Amino acid sequence: MNKEEFEPKILAFCCNWCAYAGADLAGVSRMQYPPNIRIIRVMCSGRVEPEFVLKAFTLGADGVLVLGCHPGDCHYLSGNYKTMRRVPLTKRLLGQFGVEQERLKLEWVSAAEGARFAQVVTDFTSKVKELGPNPLKGS
Amino acid sequence: MEGKEITLEIDSREVKAREGMTILEAAKSAGINIPTLCYHPALTPFGACRICSVEIVQRGRSRIVTSCVYPVEEGLVVKTKSNRVIRDRKMLIELMLAHAPKAEVIQELAHEYGVERTRFKIEDEENLCILCGLCARICEERMGKSAINFVGRGVNRKVDTPFHIQTEDCMACGACAFVCPTGAIKLEDITRYKPLPIPLEFDQGLSSRSPIYIPYPQGVPNVPVIDRDKCVHFLTGECGICQEVCQARAINYEQEDEIVEIDAGAIILAPGFDEFDPSPLFNYGYRRYPNVVTSIEFERMLSASGPFQGELRRPFDRKPPQRIAWIQCIGSRDESLGCGYCSSVCCTYAIKEAIVAKEHVPSELEETIFFMDIRTHGKDFDKFYERGKEEGIEFVRAKVYGVEEVDGTGNLILRYVGEDDRPSTDEFDLVVLSIGLRPSQEAIELGKRLGIQLNKYGFCHTSAFSPVETSKPGIFVCGAFQGPKDIPETVMQASGAAGNASTLLAPARNTLTIKKEYPPEKDVTGEEPRIGVFICHCGINIGGYVDVPEVTEYVKTLLNVAYAENNLYTCSQDTQEKIKAMIEEHKLNRVVVASCTPRTHEPLFRETLKEAGLNQYLFEMSNIRDQCSWVHMHEPEKATKKAKDLLRMAVAKARLIEPLKPLSTPVNHSALVIGGGVAGMVSALTLADQAFEVHLIEREGELGGVAKRIHYTLDSEDAQIFLGDLIRKVKEHPKIRVYYNTWIVDAYGYVGNFTTEIMRYRGRVIEKIEHGVTIIATGAQEYKPKEYLYGRDPRVLTQLELEEEIARENPDIVGCDNLVMIQCVGSRNGERPYCSRVCCNQAIKNALKLKEIKPEMNIYILYRDMRTYGFYEEYYLEARQKGVIFLRYDPEDKPRLSQERKNGRYLIRVEGKDPVLGEEVAIDADIIALGVAMVSPEEARELAMLYKVPLNEDGFFLEAHVKLRPVDFATDGVFLCGLAHAPKSIKESIAQAKAAASRATTILAKETITAEGIVCFINEDICSGCGICEVLCPYGAIVVNKERKVAEVNEALCKGCGTCCAACPSGAAQQRGFTRDQIASMVETALVV
Repeated sequence: MNKEEFEPKILAFCCNWCAYAGADLAGVSRMQYPPNIRIIRVMCSGRVEPEFVLKAFTLGADGVLVLGCHPGDCHYLSGNYKTMRRVPLTKRLLGQFGVEQERLKLEWVSAAEGARFAQVVTDFTSKVKELGPNPLKGS
Repeated sequence: MEGKEITLEIDSREVKAREGMTILEAAKSAGINIPTLCYHPALTPFGACRICSVEIVQRGRSRIVTSCVYPVEEGLVVKTKSNRVIRDRKMLIELMLAHAPKAEVIQELAHEYGVERTRFKIEDEENLCILCGLCARICEERMGKSAINFVGRGVNRKVDTPFHIQTEDCMACGACAFVCPTGAIKLEDITRYKPLPIPLEFDQGLSSRSPIYIPYPQGVPNVPVIDRDKCVHFLTGECGICQEVCQARAINYEQEDEIVEIDAGAIILAPGFDEFDPSPLFNYGYRRYPNVVTSIEFERMLSASGPFQGELRRPFDRKPPQRIAWIQCIGSRDESLGCGYCSSVCCTYAIKEAIVAKEHVPSELEETIFFMDIRTHGKDFDKFYERGKEEGIEFVRAKVYGVEEVDGTGNLILRYVGEDDRPSTDEFDLVVLSIGLRPSQEAIELGKRLGIQLNKYGFCHTSAFSPVETSKPGIFVCGAFQGPKDIPETVMQASGAAGNASTLLAPARNTLTIKKEYPPEKDVTGEEPRIGVFICHCGINIGGYVDVPEVTEYVKTLLNVAYAENNLYTCSQDTQEKIKAMIEEHKLNRVVVASCTPRTHEPLFRETLKEAGLNQYLFEMSNIRDQCSWVHMHEPEKATKKAKDLLRMAVAKARLIEPLKPLSTPVNHSALVIGGGVAGMVSALTLADQAFEVHLIEREGELGGVAKRIHYTLDSEDAQIFLGDLIRKVKEHPKIRVYYNTWIVDAYGYVGNFTTEIMRYRGRVIEKIEHGVTIIATGAQEYKPKEYLYGRDPRVLTQLELEEEIARENPDIVGCDNLVMIQCVGSRNGERPYCSRVCCNQAIKNALKLKEIKPEMNIYILYRDMRTYGFYEEYYLEARQKGVIFLRYDPEDKPRLSQERKNGRYLIRVEGKDPVLGEEVAIDADIIALGVAMVSPEEARELAMLYKVPLNEDGFFLEAHVKLRPVDFATDGVFLCGLAHAPKSIKESIAQAKAAASRATTILAKETITAEGIVCFINEDICSGCGICEVLCPYGAIVVNKERKVAEVNEALCKGCGTCCAACPSGAAQQRGFTRDQIASMVETALVV
């Protein structure tokens, strides 16, 4: 497939208090970013089970973002610290399945960072476009 | 309707009707559509057009009758779509097409019935009139006139006035033109009077309305009103159509104004303001030139529900403008017009309008704002100003003195004098006058009736230390009636006034309350999901970019969707009624709303579900505005596709959601107030006066905060007397316990039940305080400058230091000859991009005080924009009148200081470029006063972490919503006020402190608080009691029961983060509202169509 035409499917798990609010702020500020992303709201990034990520890749997602509060800012005290440990482990698992680790990304976006949210999504979308379609797709 | 019941058959359906009804009425009531042209429910049936013809069968014989006049009969068989009927209608359409080829309704009918052309001769290509006679009949039957009627016979028949001349009989009510289905009636051909459309007030007269109308779509209750001065019924006794057609029988012409007596213990005045009317200002051409509009008119022009449906058009020719100018300070800062004050909000709203206009016109739009000073002194507003500059808005410091129209084009020439003092001109195609705020005449009269003191402009007078109290006890004020202000400040004052009132009324609390009753909750367990989906256009906010009808059709195809519709505004009150009705009608047991963000609107829709008898958690929201239409404005097709995906995901989750029963917990009725400054003390007193216990924490050994260094206010009130009094009240109050030299070491718990651990005297005593709410009032500090020789030369002071020296009457200061004040030191720069708000007023205050002591002192104020907002503007004027010299500097060319020895005196030389003169200026100063920034203390960061509340980029605490929730945090039960929120004056701090206390009261006054329903639970059947969850839970809400070998959740402690669920190896730990299956279903449907 021509890379120019490739429109990746990207899922983003956003925590309710920071990242989801940051995404809302990006909207309120009318910051434009690529429409490839589908947001799933969770109360805390710590809720994101590795199974969700694996399921997403098995079903054909080209990239998965996990977005939470900055360290120390977690609405639930320490949920994001759990995520911080969980995501690298999930990445290693992805590698074993033959999925590039860069397809899973953890970022911190606060409620006040609409611009950062748009930037993270824009950068990640172009990164995934560069990587091309999920190798598990069609296999 | 009276009469005996009749049963007939229409299109093979049994239809019940009443004797006396026509076939058409019976069909309509059964939802069967029959086309009509000459029919109107308010008029006697006429049977002229015959398009409503239907076939009836009687005694085995069938014939064609006109359904609008034919009465129903028992056992009648009616066919509305038989071949014979269709054939007849086609013929009628052909005939009408020949008679009135231009009429759109006929063309549409022709299209619907597949009539491509007429085989009859077209007499008049331009004719619109189909001779339905609605106009003549409404005029005679309902308006009691007969200004028009049919004239001529046969082919010459037409509607006309007597003798084909404009008639005096016509009262120009416009009913004929209103009912005309083709637009054939032109009122100006009929009446001898000038037809005047009734201007719609809400659209600032840019669109028109009828005499019965809904004032504005957001109104609560959203019901129509009758304008008695324009209504034909009230003027002549005729018409009365609205009463007849209203099925709810809600229209009552006999209704009169009533006088209702209300027994109240406190009064809060919130009558708002009037906008300044610029029509008397001849030179700006308002009302003379159509393309000169006010900022409020422009606001409506930008609105999706406004006169141009959100498309930016100029009034003159409805063309999109290319060059727009804003003229600031129209009706502000002008003593000659009786408005010597600054309206405070216009600079920011002009920038907002300019930025929003750019979003509406994606092509190049050139925008210029002509201003005197840009006053974006609100929290984070300066960043908005900078953004405006980045987006290409041109800011021109100039006085516009004239606007003239260029003949024929509607364009406007602006004549202005810039800083260089030279007259210039520029051409624009739309000019917006940024009009100021003034008190409404009604409010002034109300104020006089109540006997409260008004200021010289007619705003309500309040003193420096009681911002929401009028001169009369028990009467409080908030909002723009107290002085021009923006939304957040209005909201703060509103809560502040409520705080004062609730203190006064505390003994009467809960004596007159009525509990809101909800219908019993339906049990939906075991029912197949029946999902109702409501998709919002949000004006053009969603509808302009996402094809909402297409999305709605798509949603209807999804599994378990029993009903789907789209709404202009799903959050409007009438839509809530609609949702409730649809839940009832379609037996919905799950509801999905696709609109904005659940963060703001979920509570509203959940309330609607409760009112409909559904458990409020049977609701799911899909964010297709903030996270779709607004962020993909240039890719409507992709945005539509994304909206479909998001809805598919929401519906998938909705299928799996279950009713939840949240837990109730008791409330601890005491408050913890952190910070013993003015804000903290006022909050503490406001709560303690309502008999709530207050723990007031102060880091230092005494109370007072920054206010200890403030000696007088601009309006010459003594700050020290006020402060001393406040401290005494706090110390003596039996309900307040003050903790000096106290630091917070830990905090935990949740709304209604917090625990804070404190350390006193640097670690010597550790105590635990239990409290129901927390108010953060930790204040701010003066920035210690590194620039301008501060700290290196003792004659360089900050404004607060200067104030202390003035109060001390230091002869070196109050006796000096030349004093230079430099503004924006450490503010509005790269490091601290915010305005510190108080420094301009501080400079003016100290300058006036010094002028009072030594009138011959030379005082220079070096500034960027003088931000003497609101009534402070008067003091700016006074300072200029008293000879204070104001010199502007550009941030790129800041003043330079050097130490000099001259004539035996040791001076500080201030040099800089004056952008007005364009020349270098040098002043030899004895004393330098720096208007330094206010900065948030380092401790704010620690507190923010302990109480889990955010800070903004500048280190100030970030409220839950910058406009609507200015004293709340997103975390329930924690509030903020004073300088911890943002720089502000004492008066504003007091208002906010009262507001925070008032918001805290809403919790403290409750006996129990109902927790979130979204908590975790354990499926004991598969729990092995491994205890991973117990270790992970940050709240200690999970404990493994050693005997039963299963984990147990304490719902009162659980905050519902779901960390345990993600870690549970067996999947036994689950989060209500976010179960594994629910999230997995969203993942799946996002990827698999």
